[in-house]
Amino acid sequence: MSDLSQALSVALDLVLTLDPQMLGIVRLSVQVSGLAVLLAGLIGLPLGAVLALSAFPGRGAVVVMLNAFMGLPPVVVGLGVYLLLSRAGPLGEAGLLFTPTAMVMAQTLLVLPIVAALARQVVADLWEEYGEQLRSLGVSGVGRLVTLLWDGRFSLLTAILAGFGRAAAEVGAVMIVGGNIKGVTRTMTTTIALETSKGDLPLAMGLGLILIALVTLVNAGVFLMGQWARRRMG
Amino acid sequence: MKRLLLAAMALFSLAVAPAGAEERFITLASTTSTEQSGLFGHLLPAFKAETGIEVRVVAVGTGQALKLGERGDADALLVHDRAGEDKFVAEGFGIDRRDVMYNDFVVVGPASDPAGIKGGKDAVAAFAKIAVAKAPFASRGDDSGTHRSELRLWKKAEVDVKAGGGWYRELGAGMGPTLNTAAGMNAYALADRGTWASFKNRQSLAILVEGDRALFNPYGSILVNPEKHKAVKVADAKAWHLWLTGPKGQAAIASFKIDGEQLFFGDAK
Repeated sequence: MSDLSQALSVALDLVLTLDPQMLGIVRLSVQVSGLAVLLAGLIGLPLGAVLALSAFPGRGAVVVMLNAFMGLPPVVVGLGVYLLLSRAGPLGEAGLLFTPTAMVMAQTLLVLPIVAALARQVVADLWEEYGEQLRSLGVSGVGRLVTLLWDGRFSLLTAILAGFGRAAAEVGAVMIVGGNIKGVTRTMTTTIALETSKGDLPLAMGLGLILIALVTLVNAGVFLMGQWARRRMG
Repeated sequence: MKRLLLAAMALFSLAVAPAGAEERFITLASTTSTEQSGLFGHLLPAFKAETGIEVRVVAVGTGQALKLGERGDADALLVHDRAGEDKFVAEGFGIDRRDVMYNDFVVVGPASDPAGIKGGKDAVAAFAKIAVAKAPFASRGDDSGTHRSELRLWKKAEVDVKAGGGWYRELGAGMGPTLNTAAGMNAYALADRGTWASFKNRQSLAILVEGDRALFNPYGSILVNPEKHKAVKVADAKAWHLWLTGPKGQAAIASFKIDGEQLFFGDAK
């Protein structure tokens, strides 16, 4: 109990004093995970919808793969992106290894399957319900896709939040492609890992509490936004 | 296609990069022992103030740091495994290896000391006693400089740690996590003095053996060979290399202390 209360007081201290170093770390975490989720949403939502609405041979296999990739191990994705961006690798000349950009790339790959797989399910369910109607109204392919995505927006928001949770919580990928460089690529999770290795457990746990609070805050914000939108649109 | 991808990535990195002009920096692959002791927090600001060059440290085990250098993912190295360093240079991956500093390893263990090694001055004898007592020993097991040194000590003690028996536990972890685990299971461990001095979760662990020549731990600075990787930032990396091994760097190393104790001793020639 004393460990936890110590962690709580460390966390409160960091938040109340607005420790500039911690603010930088929090900002980077939100920036990297936020951008990764944004990119994954831009690609994953249409991708999931297309997969739900189209028929082609091997579609079942693609769906299974996509669902399985929701559980991609972050270290493996990190390693893959590292090999890609390493100066000895195919995209080495871009000089992106150990930068926030590399971290966004890795997290996008992690989040994409989650968003796409959940979007596919949502759109497929809606299609079952409204397919007949849309067909009789003569709505074309792209029209169907947009209509169903819009119709399922509240469920899709949950998919996006699941993706954000995944990105904000992972440490394996950002550690490898970011390198945990102080002031450049050090995020909440890599800081927690570092402080744990230094044996400063109260600080590590305090940072952990801040991270959990932050993710809760984001979820609360989205929840309230959803409620407001629902009320307005009836 | 590849060019398009590179262009897209360049554009995208502009969006992520913090505001401000292109920064001048080098990437230094170094070890967890130097990073976690806080040495870099002491050295790097001084170097940056003088030269304007930011040093970005990727702290990993020495084995992995050498690998990063091999692939050209770092511009310079600061590591501690003389045999590995010489091989790295001999294979043409690195140039101009120089002595930088040294500190020493300490054998830590539980206060109860089941192998009875406390106060000894002979690390090899202490290791032999630990093996005879089959007392738990937490090994880094991560191909780091400390791990390589530990294996050399076992070899000198003529103990075959691969024989098993459950007392020798390979963790595959950095120095700090290994100490966390050793503290948790009352195990002996080999630690570098820097990490030990700044380590906070000691529980019942204490230094039991120190001051043996066999525990000497020298660090070397190596430049990654620009002939292997064109993108290596030769000039700035060399500025760091020369500063670190020059009078200013050496003075900065000597002035780094934790609780009044000097942790690294410059020995550049």
